Formats: sequence, C-alpha cells, structure tokens
Amino acid sequence: MTTLTLSRALNEGLRKALENDSKVLIMGEDVGKLGGVFRVTDGLQKDFGEDRVIDTPLAESGIIGTAIGLALRGYRPVCEIQFDGFVFPAFDQIVSQLAKMAYRSLGNLRLPITVRIPFGGGIGAVEHHSESPEVLFVHTAGLRVVACGDPADAYAMIQQSISCDDPVIFFEPKRRYWDKSEVDTSGGLADAPALDEARTLATGDDLTLLCYGPMVRTCVEAATAAREEGRSIEVINLRSLSPLDLPAIFASVRKTGRCVVVHEAPVTGGIGAEIAARVTQECFYSLEAPVLRVGGYSTPYPPSRIEEHYLPDLDRVLDAVDRSFAF
Amino acid sequence: MAVKAAGRAASRTRNHDGPEAKPELIQLLTPEGERIEHPDYPLELSADEIKALYRDLVLVRRIDFEAIALQRQGELGIWASLLGQEAAQVGSGRALGPRDMAFPTYREHGVAWCRGLDPAKLLELFRGVSHGGWDPKAHNFHLYTIVIGAQTLHATGYAMGIQRDGAVGEDGEAAIAYFGDGATSQGDVNEAFIWASVNNAPVVFFCQNNQWAISEPLDRQTRIPLYRRAAGFGFPGLRVDGNDVFACLAVTRKAMHAAREGQGPTLIEAYTYRMGAHTTTDDPTRYRLSAELESWKLKDPIERVKQYLIRSGMAQEDFFAEIAAEADEVGNRVRTSCLEMPDPDPLSMFDNIYADANALVADERAQLASYLSSFEQEGAR
Repeated sequence: MTTLTLSRALNEGLRKALENDSKVLIMGEDVGKLGGVFRVTDGLQKDFGEDRVIDTPLAESGIIGTAIGLALRGYRPVCEIQFDGFVFPAFDQIVSQLAKMAYRSLGNLRLPITVRIPFGGGIGAVEHHSESPEVLFVHTAGLRVVACGDPADAYAMIQQSISCDDPVIFFEPKRRYWDKSEVDTSGGLADAPALDEARTLATGDDLTLLCYGPMVRTCVEAATAAREEGRSIEVINLRSLSPLDLPAIFASVRKTGRCVVVHEAPVTGGIGAEIAARVTQECFYSLEAPVLRVGGYSTPYPPSRIEEHYLPDLDRVLDAVDRSFAF
Repeated sequence: MAVKAAGRAASRTRNHDGPEAKPELIQLLTPEGERIEHPDYPLELSADEIKALYRDLVLVRRIDFEAIALQRQGELGIWASLLGQEAAQVGSGRALGPRDMAFPTYREHGVAWCRGLDPAKLLELFRGVSHGGWDPKAHNFHLYTIVIGAQTLHATGYAMGIQRDGAVGEDGEAAIAYFGDGATSQGDVNEAFIWASVNNAPVVFFCQNNQWAISEPLDRQTRIPLYRRAAGFGFPGLRVDGNDVFACLAVTRKAMHAAREGQGPTLIEAYTYRMGAHTTTDDPTRYRLSAELESWKLKDPIERVKQYLIRSGMAQEDFFAEIAAEADEVGNRVRTSCLEMPDPDPLSMFDNIYADANALVADERAQLASYLSSFEQEGAR
C-alpha cells in the first residue's frame, strides 16, 4: 500500500497502462512537458516519448476525431479534455462518431478510447471550469460513463477504462485531485471491483446515500455525522453512471427503505432523476419516503464567489436526510 | 450607405493574388477527348487500362441511375447521386493502393466501387436496413460519414497511426479523406488540415468541389479558390479537372505517393459539378439555372473518354456495346439485391452497442421481445 493523491494515482495508472500495452497513447493539450494542468500526466512524455504522449493542437474536436482515426488503426488513445466546459467543441465527435461507430459497423469496428474529463466545481474557477456534464454522455448509447471518487478508484478505474473495448468517458473530480489515501499499486487489478460495479463505502440500515465523483467524500462525511445522531446510513459510490449498477442500488434501498442521490450536476434530468424513477419502479413497496435528490440548481454554473450555495455540501446532504426521515 | 455597399462588393470580389493568378486547372484530357500533356503529371496508360477506367465510369453511373430509380419507386428512403462526379471518384479511387485507407462522405459510390465493395452494401444504408454495416477493414474503405467533414479527422488520425506503425517510406501507406466544397467551412476539416500539417501526416485531402452545398453556391463557402487554402496550412494544394479521369488519377497517384514516402499531406481540389440534385429529396430548380447545368453537360466525364477511345482507335462500337450490356447487368443485380434485402430483426437494434454484455441493453431487449411475443400469443388465440 502506498499513500497517493488522486492525481498521482491516475498518473500511476496511466503509467501502468503505457507499460503494459504499446498501443496505448496519451493525447491532449499540455499533457507533455507540462504534465497536464493538473499534473495527471506528469513525467509520462519524458519516459514514453512524444509519439506516445502527444501534445496536440488546441482543438478538442480534433483531439477526439484524430483519436478515432488512431483507434481505427489499432491504437488505444487516452484523450485529456482540459476542463469539463471544453468538451463541447468535441461533442459531435463523441456523440455522433465515437459512441456510434461499433453500432454503425455492426460490430466490425471497436473504438477503445478513454476520454478523461476533470469535472465539478468548488475550486473558485472562472466560468466553464466547474461544470458537471456527465448526464449528456449517459444519455448517449454506446458510451460508458464512469467517475472516480478516491485514489483507489482512480488507479484501478483508469486502467480498466483503457483496457475496455468500448469508449469510456472518464470523469475526474478536480477538487479531489489532492486528496490522499492508500492505494495498492503492487499487484494487478484482480481484486479491484469491475468498472461497472458500485462500491459500498459504509454499510447502514436506515437510508441509502448514492453519490459519485467529488460528492463521495461529502457523503461519507455526512454519513459519519448522521451516525452521531443515531442514524445508520449506507453510502454507495456509484462509480459507473452508464451502465448504473442497479442491482446494488436496489438491494440497498430494499434494505433501508430510504434513498437520497447526491451530485453536483443540476437535478433536472440528472442521474438522480433516472435513479429515482428506477428505484420507484423496482422498490416501490420497500420505500418509506420518496427518493430525494441533492444537486445543483437549474441555473448556469454561478460565479465562484457564490458557488458554495450551488454545490451540495455536508449540511445540504444532512438536510435531505432529515427530510427523508420526516416522511 | 451606397459607398459602404459598393466597398463590400469590391472587397468580396478582390483577387488576393493579383489579376494574373487565374487558378490553374490540371487537365490531361479535354472535354472534347483530346489528350494533353502536363509536365508535372506524366501518365502512361495502356489501352486496356483506359478501357478499364471507361468501364468503371459507366458502371458507377449505371449503379447510381438504378439507385435513383429504386428511390423513386419507394425502395430506398433517399439516395445521394454522384452524377457528374464519376471521374473524380474513379480517378482518385484507382490511384489508391490496396493498403491505403479511404474515408468517404456519403456520396463516394464510385470510390466504393474501386475499393471492391458490393454496391448492394451501399443500398443497405439508403434503404434503412443498416447504418452501413460493411467491414471497413475488408476493403480499406471506411463507413460513409454523414456529419459533414467529421471523417477528415478520422483519416488524419489514421495517418498518424501509420506514422506510429513505421509504415511511412518506401512501400509505405497513406490515407485519403473525401469531402466536398461545403465541408471546407467546417471546423473539423480545418482542424484536420492543422493536425495533418503539424504532424506531417500521410494523408491526402480530396475535395470534390461540385459547386453546390445543397442550395448554397461556392461563394457562400469561400472567396478564394479552395485549393489555395492549403498554403495557409503549410502544405501543397492544387486544382484538377474533376471531370477528367486521367488527371484525377495522375494527381492523386502523385499525392498519395508523396504521402506514403513521408512528404506529408496534399489538398486536391477536384473541380467538378453536381449534375443531379443534392439527394433525391432536393429540387435544384429552386436555386440554380438550367444554363449552368447545360454548360457542364458539355464537360461530361464519360463522354470525353469515349471520344478519346474512338479517336485513338483503341475501342470500337462492340466494346461500348459490351460495356453497356454489362452496365445493365450490374444495374439489374443491384435492383434484385435491393428488392431481396430482408428487413433486420427488430431485436437486432440492441446488437453491437457495446463490446461487452450490458445489463440495460439486455433488459430492454427482453422487454421488446416480450412485448412483441405478446402479439403472437394474441394472434394464436
């Protein structure tokens, strides 16, 4: 076990992938000498060369479009989109090309491309640097969408995403890049949960708290605080948003009878809405309260001096927990 | 106000290269069927090779004709005709080596033919039986791309892969990206030019300038000849008579050869004309003059080869009759395979979305299967 930041865990995972498969490439803006604006690719160009760790021109559609061509030639590109709000110039290439190529070709073509996107707010950034666009990709068939929540997730999931034959949109909680925890980097990934498996971080009997990405830490802290008030909260880190690990969600909610979903993205049309609909359908007779959502408002991401009022935090999660118990 | 308007008109017609810079049009066979030489593009073709090109041109026009008829009869949802662009497609298509990779738009039926793809496969897409569905690796011919210009980036990325495979140099490989005049306004095409340029990627950009992007004429896309844009990106650009199959063959051969050898990209502007509608749903009489069409008819890509074959004594009437008969045969074959094409199983819509098993897909497939079988049970009652 080694103590790593989430950023470093990604770096170690990428390094392993580059070592294990000569077809793996990293491409993006500033990923080379600079090591990425969050240093996730630090040192990789030095060790693997400019042909495998590619500083691209500054155009996101070009990054994904050329990655598709490289994948058609047998490569496994890992693309970095520098910030969440910069993915939209690449949206056509992701939604119309990347997601659909296997389907259109009747399975003759596969595009094993990983698109890394630092996402979420809470870092006092200017606009377009704090968004949570994950649901747009969840709505797109053909893509897998995952979000890592802690360094252990980051280390394993980035490697699993790269070895996956489907395109994976890989969300990284940018405000948690410097969070540290223990990661086992010694062996392989045999003991790691599968890429589309949720992880239960705390077991409990009274309420299920579902979260991913930056909200994982918030929810673990909320569960700890609630425990002091005598409430037994189960925290599940969803990890995979497409596909969702529905059996894990249903099993927990059938046990607890209460469910709160937490994400930074606006609640309207979000992952929480999807989960609420499915839980209501499948766990109707187990529910003691409606599924509640805690998330961003239906506004554009606000200026950073007021972002704390937009982002779910410990108190807003606990407030939702209280409301669930009040039914 | 009047002054301002005049100034705008003047600036829009300004010739940036001075009055002497009339675009050069590379031509090896005139519309009258006269063979001319070009110092940079020597081309030696045997009589058999020329006859083979003629055959390609006639057959792809026949396939196109049959597809239009099938659409009119309700057998295809839509068809994008290549009428008038046969020489650009056959000339460039026959310049490719077996290991080169072509990235088409949705109108490259002539290139598909040259790559050995069964025309019936193209019809699947336009009939609505599949979204393409051929194996691009089997013919080194990628799927049709409908979103304008997107495939130019795929071709460029593929070319970057060729570089990483060490397949540039003697006996090298290259990619070719097809697109139209309208596509040159797309961000993706400009990004592809940049990527290809800074990486010196082995890719040829083959732009069929057919003068029209649905209803928009060329002056809505550009105020300089398209091939001159390449200079701004740092690689050669040239304009070829897109209705001259010899010239298209010669310039594409040279550009592909340069790319394979590591000399980087070339932009070829094949100057041609979309003789038909944009697609079978379009009505060009709403936006263009028939006189324009008539003037291009005189530059027909097939007629000039025929004239050349006759004049040079390489072919007689029996050859042309033989090709015409073969064309009918191919047309009939295309028709039959279209009519015999079964609709896909509804449940196949759930196939090939993901490489691995996906619980959501499996669940929804089961839902539809069960819903469909509920009708069968009702029918049995």
